[in-house]
Amino acid sequence: MTALHWVTVSPFLLAILIPIIYKYTKRIHTGWFVLPLPLILFIFLISNLPDISNGDVMHYSMPWVPSLGINFDVYLDGLSMLFALLITGIGTLVILYSIYYLSKNSEKLNQFYVYILMFMGAMLGVVMSDNLIVLYVFWEVTSVSSSLLISYWYQREKSIQGALKSMYITVFGGLSMLGGFSLIYVMAGSFSIREIIANVDLVTTSSLFVPAMLLILLGAFTKSAQFPFHIWLPDAMEAPTPVSAYLHSATMVKAGIYLIARLTPVFGGSPEWFWIVSVAGLVTLLWGSVSAVRQKDLKSILAFSTISQLGLIVTLLGIGSAAIYFDGVPDELYYTAIMAAVFHLINHATFKGSLFMTAGIIDHETGTRDIRKLGGLMTIMPITFTISLVGLLSMAGIPPFNGFLSKELFFTGTLNVMNYEMIDLSTWGIIFPVVAVIASIFTFLYCAILFFKTFTGKFKPENYDVKVHEAPVGMLISPAILGALVIIFGLFPNILSYTIIHPVMTSILPNITEQIEVNFSLWHGFNTELFMTFIVIAVGALLYVLMKKWSQTQFYLNERDPFNNLYDHGYNGLIKGSQAITRVQMTGLLRDYFVYMYTFIILLAGYTMFRSDAFAVDTVNVSEISPYMWALSVVFILATLAVPFINNRITVIVVVGVIGFMMALFFVQFRATDLALTQLLIESVQVVLFMLVFMHLPKLKKEVFKPGFSLVNMGISIAVGAFVTIMALSAFAMGSEAGFDTIAEYFIANSKELAGGYNIVNVVLVDFRGLDTLLEILVLAIAALGVVSLIKLRFTGREDV
Amino acid sequence: MKQLKTNNVMLHTLVRIVSFVVLAFSIYLFFAGHNNPGGGFIGGLMTAAAFVLLYLSFNMKTLKKALPFNFDLLIGGGLLIAFLTGVTSMLFGFPFLTQFFEYVQIPFMGEVELTTALPFDLGVYLVVLGAALTIILTIAEDDK
Repeated sequence: MTALHWVTVSPFLLAILIPIIYKYTKRIHTGWFVLPLPLILFIFLISNLPDISNGDVMHYSMPWVPSLGINFDVYLDGLSMLFALLITGIGTLVILYSIYYLSKNSEKLNQFYVYILMFMGAMLGVVMSDNLIVLYVFWEVTSVSSSLLISYWYQREKSIQGALKSMYITVFGGLSMLGGFSLIYVMAGSFSIREIIANVDLVTTSSLFVPAMLLILLGAFTKSAQFPFHIWLPDAMEAPTPVSAYLHSATMVKAGIYLIARLTPVFGGSPEWFWIVSVAGLVTLLWGSVSAVRQKDLKSILAFSTISQLGLIVTLLGIGSAAIYFDGVPDELYYTAIMAAVFHLINHATFKGSLFMTAGIIDHETGTRDIRKLGGLMTIMPITFTISLVGLLSMAGIPPFNGFLSKELFFTGTLNVMNYEMIDLSTWGIIFPVVAVIASIFTFLYCAILFFKTFTGKFKPENYDVKVHEAPVGMLISPAILGALVIIFGLFPNILSYTIIHPVMTSILPNITEQIEVNFSLWHGFNTELFMTFIVIAVGALLYVLMKKWSQTQFYLNERDPFNNLYDHGYNGLIKGSQAITRVQMTGLLRDYFVYMYTFIILLAGYTMFRSDAFAVDTVNVSEISPYMWALSVVFILATLAVPFINNRITVIVVVGVIGFMMALFFVQFRATDLALTQLLIESVQVVLFMLVFMHLPKLKKEVFKPGFSLVNMGISIAVGAFVTIMALSAFAMGSEAGFDTIAEYFIANSKELAGGYNIVNVVLVDFRGLDTLLEILVLAIAALGVVSLIKLRFTGREDV
Repeated sequence: MKQLKTNNVMLHTLVRIVSFVVLAFSIYLFFAGHNNPGGGFIGGLMTAAAFVLLYLSFNMKTLKKALPFNFDLLIGGGLLIAFLTGVTSMLFGFPFLTQFFEYVQIPFMGEVELTTALPFDLGVYLVVLGAALTIILTIAEDDK
C-alpha cells in the first residue's frame, strides 16, 4: 500500500468510522470530522502537482486477483490528477457547505456522510485506477452511492423515483461498459490501460473494435447524461443541494467524460469514434440548452444546463480525437478542441458548483426554488447575488470570466472542423459551428432567465413562508471560493496552462506531446469567434426581451422532457409486458404444465433421435408370441382404451384394477413369479385404497364425472405413446446390434454359490443389490409417515400456515 | 329409531378361519423367499392383507383390540433391523450390507440354511406390513 493507494482507500475507512463518531459526538456537527480528509488529500495531491506538470507519472501496483490480471494499480498522470483535484477540492468545499446546509438536529448525518465518503472514495478510485476491472468496480460503487445520496430523503416519493431512475440508467450503462472492457481484454490481453495503449495496434486491427467501442461509450454516455440517457439527471435534483453540487455538476457526471478522455488514445483516430462522440455531444448540447430554457425550477435549469455543458465537452473530445487520426501532423487545428475540452471541464466544475450552492442557499433561505415565485432578491441577499452573477456570466460566456475563454475556444474547435480533411467535413462540418452558436444562444437565454427572474424585479414577501435573509457566512464560503476561482481563471488562465492542462493533453494525446502549445489570451483580436459571441449575446438578449411573447406557448409551459414519457412508457410497458407474458404461460393449471413438459420432451428427444438418425426396427431377435399373449394383450389394450371413456369413477377404479391384474398375468406369462405375486397384492391393496379415497370425496361436488375432450391433449398423448414405442423399438434394435452380454448370467451362475439361495430375484434384492431394497423400504416408510401427517396432523383451518 | 346392525355371521365365521390361513401363508412366503417365490415384501403385504380382511369384516375397534400394536413402531423397527444387518457386516471389516450364509444340521429339521439375509428380509417384512397398515388404517379411520 503506497500513499496513492491510501488516497483511494482512506474515504472508505473514514466512512466506517463515521457512525461511531456520530453516535458519541451528537453535539458537534459530524461534517467537521469529515472535512479534514478531503482537505488533506487535496493538499497531498497538489504537493505532487509539480512532478506531474514536469511530465512525470506516478504508478504503483498492488496485486488483487493476479491470476485474472486484476491488480489494484493506481496511476496518476495529468488527467487523473485533474480529476482527483476536482474531486478532493470541490469535495472539501461541498462538505464545508453541507455542514451549514444540513441541520444536525433534524437530519440523519451519519448516513449522509457515509454515503458521500463512499462516493468520494469510489470517484478517486475511478480516476486513479489503471486496471479496467478495478475502474469498473469503483464505477459501480459511484452508481450505488449516488443513488443512496439521491434518495437521502427517502420519505419522499420523488426522491425514490429519481434514485431508481438514475440507478437503472447508470447501471445499464455500467454493465455494457463491463462488456466492452471484457472485449478489450480479449483483444489486447490485458486490463491495464497503459499496456493497452502501448499495444494499441492489437485493438485497432481487431474485428471487435467497434463493438467494444460502442459498449464502452454506452457506459460513458449514460454516466455523463448524454442524449438520450440524460433524463435521469434532472430527476436526481431531488437530492440535497450539496449532493447536486458535488455529484451532478463536478464529479460523477464527469466520470463518463474521464472515461472518454482516458480511452481516446485507444479508440480515438477512428472515424466511428469521431462521429459518435462528437454528434452525441452536439445533440446533447443543443437538447440540454433548449430544455433548460423551459424549466421553472432553479435546480432543474441547472441540471439541464449541466447536460448541455457536458455535451459541449464531449463534442470537443470527439472533435479533438481527430488529432490522432491525422497522426504526426503537429497542427494546432486538431488539438485545440482537446485543450478547450479540458479547460471547459475545469471551468464548468467551478462555476456550476458555485451556482448549485447559491441555488441551494436561495432554496434554504426562501423555501422555494420556483422562478415564478422568486424575484427581487438582489438587495436582500447581496453576497449570494454577487456569486450567482459571476457564475452565470461565466456560464453564459461573457468576458472577463473563464466561461468566455472556454466558449471562444469551443467556437474555434468547431470552426476548425470545417478544415478537417476527412470525408465530407468541408461541407458537413458547417453543422458544428452552427449548432454551437444556437446552443450558446439558448445558454445565454437561460442564464439570463436564472439571473433576472431570481434577483431582479419586485420582492414579494407573500410568496415565501419564511422571513428571507442572507445566508450564514459558513454557507457562503464555498460558493465564494468557487466564484473567486472563476474570476482568477478568467483573468489569469495561463496559470492553468502548463501546470495542469498540458499534462492532461499529454495523457489524452500521448503521441504528439512535444508540439502542443497551451496558451490562453483573454483578448485575441477580432476574429470569427468573437463575432459569433456577439451574435450569441445579441440574439440571446433579444429572445429574453421577447420572453413575454413566447412564454405563453406550449413549448415553454410544458416543461417535462419528452424522453421522460418514453422512459415511463417503456418502464411501464416492460412491467406490463412481462406480466402479460407470465400470465400467458403461468396459467396455474397443472394440465397446462403437463402439456408443456410432454411437448418439450417429445420435441427435444424426437429431434435428437432424428438428428442422430436413431430410428430402427429389428425383427431378427423377436421371440415367438404365444396365443395366451395375444389374448392377454387384447384384453389389456381394450381395458386401457376404455378408461378415458368411462363416466363413472367407481367403474374407472374397477377397470384400472383389471389392467393391474392383466399386468400380473403378463408377469406370470413371462415367468416372473415374485413380480406376479407382488403385483396381485399391490393391485388389491391399491383398489381398496382407491375405494377408501373415493368414499371421502366431498359430498357437495358429487356431480357425474365427465371426461373432457381436447384434440390437443389427444394429439399429445398419441405423440407421447408413439414416441415411446418408437424409442423402445429403436433401443431394442440397437441393443441387439451392440451385442453385449447381459449381467444376468452372473447372477444365475452365482446365486447359490455366493449367496446361498435359489430364488435369484430375492437374492438380488436382499444380497447383491441390498442397498436398493434398504432405501426402497425407507421410501415406503416416508410415504406412510406422509399419509399419517397429512391426515392426522392437518390444520383445522384456524392456524396460520 | 335405533339403527339396525347387520349380523354377518357367515362372513365373520369365514374370516376367522381364512385369516389364519392367510397369515400362515404369508409367514410361509416370508421364510420361503430365499429359495422359492416369496420374500419379505410379498410376505409383509400378505400379512397386511389378512389384517385388512379382518378390518373389513369386523371394525376398527375390534381390530385394535385383537392387535394391540402400534403399527408406526413396526416401520421404525423394520428399518432399524435392516440397517443394523448392514452395519454388523461392517463391524467385521466387510463392506456395508455384505450377507453371509451357512448350512447347519438341526435335529428333526434336517439341513437348514441360516443366512444374514433373513434378518434383512425381516426388516423389509416389518416395514411393508407397518407402512401398508398405517396407510390403509389412517385413511380408513379418517371417517369423521
